Amino acid sequence: MSAVIDTHAGEHHHGPAKGITRWLFTTNHKDIGTMYLVFSFAMFLFGGSMAMVIRAELFQPGLQIVDPEFFNQMTTMHGLIMVFGAVMPAFVGLANWMLPMMVGAPDMALPRMNNWSFWLLPCAFLILASTLFMSGGAPNFGWTFYAPLSTTYGPPSTTFFIFAVHIMGISSIMGAINVIATILNLRAPGMTLMKMPLFVWTWLITAFLLIAVMPVLAGVVTMMLMDINFGTSFFDASGGGDPVLFQHVFWFFGHPEVYIMILPAFGAVSHIIPAFSRKPLFGYASMVYAVGAIALLSFVVWAHHMFTVGIPIAGQLFFMYATMLIAVPTGVKVFNWVATMFRGALTFEAPMLFAVAFVILFTIGGFSGLMLAIAPADFQYHDTYFVVAHFHYVLVPGAIFGIFASAYFWLPKWTGHMYDEALAKTHFWLSFIGMNLAFFPMHFLGLAGMPRRIPDYALQFADFNMVSSIGAFMFGATQLLFLLIVVKCIRGGEQAPAKPWEGAEGLEWTLPSPPPYHSFQTPPEVK
Amino acid sequence: MGVHAMRAGVLAGGLLLPAWSMADWTLNMTPGVTGTSNEIFSLHMTILWICVAIGVVVFGVMFWSILAHRKSEGHKPAHFHENTAVEVAWTIIPFVILVIMAIPATATLVDMYDTEESDIDIKITGYQWKWRYDYINDDFGFFSNMATSQDEIYNRAAKSEHYLLEVDNPLVIPVGKKVRFLVTANDVIHSWWVPAFGVKKDAIPGFINETWTRVDEPGIYRGQCTELCGRDHGFMPVVVKAVPQAEYDAWVQGQLAAAELERQLTEKEWTLEELIERGERVYATACAACHQANGAGIPPTFPALKGSPVVIEDLPAHLDIVVNGVSGTAMQAFGPQLSEADLAAVITYERNAWGNNTGEMVTPKQVFDYKNQQ
Amino acid sequence: MTGSPQPSTRSNARVIAWCLAGVVAMFGFGFALVPLYEVFCDITGINGKTGGRYEGSVSLERDESRTVEVQFIAQNGPDMPWVFRPVTRSIEVHPGEPTTVVFYAENPTANAMVGQAVPSLAPAEGTLYFHKTECFCFNQQTLQAGETVQMPLVFIVDQALPEHIHKLTLSYTLYDQSAIREVSRINQAITTTNRNG
Repeated sequence: MSAVIDTHAGEHHHGPAKGITRWLFTTNHKDIGTMYLVFSFAMFLFGGSMAMVIRAELFQPGLQIVDPEFFNQMTTMHGLIMVFGAVMPAFVGLANWMLPMMVGAPDMALPRMNNWSFWLLPCAFLILASTLFMSGGAPNFGWTFYAPLSTTYGPPSTTFFIFAVHIMGISSIMGAINVIATILNLRAPGMTLMKMPLFVWTWLITAFLLIAVMPVLAGVVTMMLMDINFGTSFFDASGGGDPVLFQHVFWFFGHPEVYIMILPAFGAVSHIIPAFSRKPLFGYASMVYAVGAIALLSFVVWAHHMFTVGIPIAGQLFFMYATMLIAVPTGVKVFNWVATMFRGALTFEAPMLFAVAFVILFTIGGFSGLMLAIAPADFQYHDTYFVVAHFHYVLVPGAIFGIFASAYFWLPKWTGHMYDEALAKTHFWLSFIGMNLAFFPMHFLGLAGMPRRIPDYALQFADFNMVSSIGAFMFGATQLLFLLIVVKCIRGGEQAPAKPWEGAEGLEWTLPSPPPYHSFQTPPEVK
Repeated sequence: MGVHAMRAGVLAGGLLLPAWSMADWTLNMTPGVTGTSNEIFSLHMTILWICVAIGVVVFGVMFWSILAHRKSEGHKPAHFHENTAVEVAWTIIPFVILVIMAIPATATLVDMYDTEESDIDIKITGYQWKWRYDYINDDFGFFSNMATSQDEIYNRAAKSEHYLLEVDNPLVIPVGKKVRFLVTANDVIHSWWVPAFGVKKDAIPGFINETWTRVDEPGIYRGQCTELCGRDHGFMPVVVKAVPQAEYDAWVQGQLAAAELERQLTEKEWTLEELIERGERVYATACAACHQANGAGIPPTFPALKGSPVVIEDLPAHLDIVVNGVSGTAMQAFGPQLSEADLAAVITYERNAWGNNTGEMVTPKQVFDYKNQQ
Repeated sequence: MTGSPQPSTRSNARVIAWCLAGVVAMFGFGFALVPLYEVFCDITGINGKTGGRYEGSVSLERDESRTVEVQFIAQNGPDMPWVFRPVTRSIEVHPGEPTTVVFYAENPTANAMVGQAVPSLAPAEGTLYFHKTECFCFNQQTLQAGETVQMPLVFIVDQALPEHIHKLTLSYTLYDQSAIREVSRINQAITTTNRNG
């Protein structure tokens, strides 16, 4: 027993192991966080290249580049990879890096499980990506995989898709358990719940959401698996099942999932805006309550994705009112961020630029969300490009800009070097312009009547599609710049002090940059 | 020569000129032509302007901070970090605004759900990838397929004005009448949408949904399937022709007469001679352009039918090719285009003309069964 | 590990146990949604699926004051070659009055086949008030090659049907169950063999 303790003690003093084993067997929160972030960026480029294929095909009317069948595979894989491969792992990566440092712990509470939950992800996505090469092709039924298109009419690769979803679900659940254990058990003495940094709060709530809904996703894909392979008919009308039931169960998972992808970004932005406003966050308590309210409400709004399936009017009204209600806590958050900036002393380094763009563009996505919540109007918006515009406005400047803001904010801490500010600002402005050029015209396309998920379109949609494609290419190409900036920052640059941002607050800035391998060897006191 | 050159020029021009000339930079929803669509439009505009107003206030404060409260301007940060009165206010005011939005929305929704007192009931069935319309009061129905050619889709021909939004048999409804739609699907979920009517309803296999419309202006209205339904989801348009009542009645009579004639032809006991005679006429209009009047074809593009093993031996393959076409070639699927009687006649003719004398006869009933077994 | 704070393994174990309990419960909840949804639909009728045989004990009295139009439509599921249509397309009934209508089915193929009709009612709001006392949809129908059959449906519209509903449309979708029946027969054979073996 003592021998074991000795080797551990040895690791403490000598830092990480050398070579590939450092990454394969690591239980260190920073190494695992780094792997999560690298993996998610790789997936971001992979899913992004599919978006490029989609936009290239939609550049002009007519079929030029891909077959409609392959186009459907691209939209499906793009959605799945961006949601489960890019956004969610990026936030888990940020959580791994930052939570122990923010709560004053040496590492995550369950380091071995942490290793597991990461290494499951590449397995899951290897399986998912391999479906592209299978006969019958990859999943082609949209990331929402509505039955019976995904069951009775699904390609043979559907079973592999289900397996991949199961594995990534297990990975997410293990990640969530680790986050909860770390936050509940490893907080520094004196750090009460209402003294926790907001990123910690939002991740705690996100983790509970994950535990609540990932099993439901696992359940729905299991039912699909049984329908496909074992002759049950959960979703098959001919056997007494109900295809609409699929949508109910899926969106019971799907709507909280939307908040899983945005709440951690709320938390990160709530650190960044005060730091660059040099002024404490306005309304900390109301921020916490608002996040809690959003999370709770997210369980009772799922059918707003299904206004056209023929829900009776009482149901329509309930889900419409509940959905509109989410605007209240979301509004509170936006007002608080604006009030934080108000009468501050603002500077606009890259993290702040991304954070401000986050607030503005996410609010625009919120407005279109409110419009979509209005059930009668949704009959016109539903499944058009207006919806595509809406959720890309929520997810690109929401989740993705939130991640970029966090990355620039904490890169000096992680690497010990300052990143190249001029390049980072270029990255921001090109992303900002490209993103708006790509997604704003989609509002017009949707209102003019262009359905989503079509490989070819009528002539009146031609102009805005071309604009949108140009914007998408610009946004896509710009992301390679981010890779360059990060690599440059890791390899060297101006030495970063422990606290590179004048207005930043929190325990992570009390550690040197880069922080020691085991973050807090002795827990700090929080007053 | 001149004509040919001109044609080529027009074709090339059509191919090269992108759709810019035809496209319009539409920014907003159109009000549509029904009461429902107008109500939705005004609801949409109301909510949009409320959002714009909120946006102006919020972003106004924000941009003021961005411009005035910069460190570079020498602004010193304040230190306030909460204000209960303000926080309560900006929780309650949005709530009140939401209630104001919800009232007209509820009224519109109630109206949209009132399918009572309809004049005509039409069943809409979604198939991969076409629509079927059944006039259940009059007991007739037909399929509605996209009419845009593959040449236009694959950029081998100039795209016409209603590219991807044109069908062979549009749905015809009378103006000024309440039309109730019963929506279902055969295979996967589809969704039937005509933006100008403000009508969108999911077509779900095994289940029946209802919705309605009343169109006051005669015209042709176009829409599309809006639920991902597989490969050709983007290629199953909806076209509705709203016509005055008299015209509608005449059209219904025509449909009924055609259906009756069709029924007689299918059920009739045909003789080989009758089928060959009818088949010769069908062949001349539908087949001879490629396969030639003498059945010799223009190989290799258009194979000969005279002496072809498919035509003199393999009857199931012959049926399959004529009914379903051969994908990737010029051979179209004639199943949806020709009646059972015509299909049976032309196949019988091909199997007995030009020295193919098999003496075999294919009856309309056989074709009917074959089509339905697919 | 001297000097570093030992994470309390006991409280970690407790968190893991609670979280796993939550995961299992939510996985179960996902499946429970299926019967819950069915019960919810039975109570509210929201999905338009008319239930099984009506066994109401109250004797329904005829409500002569109003009539309701009941419309019948039928369609085939994918790859179903049968001819299937309502003989009566529409009928006016008084609520509380038992009414019999007939559907026609024909198997034009050269093989015996099994069909199952799946009902759906519009508006869904009327589902609760539409009672079937006899229906071909309660059972699978087997038709020999070329066989035709007249299939009866006996129904009662409840007097409690909301006043604003004047028309009910009952739709049947007929599905080919021959393949499924085949599979279940094989499964049954396997189980029997296993049991015997």
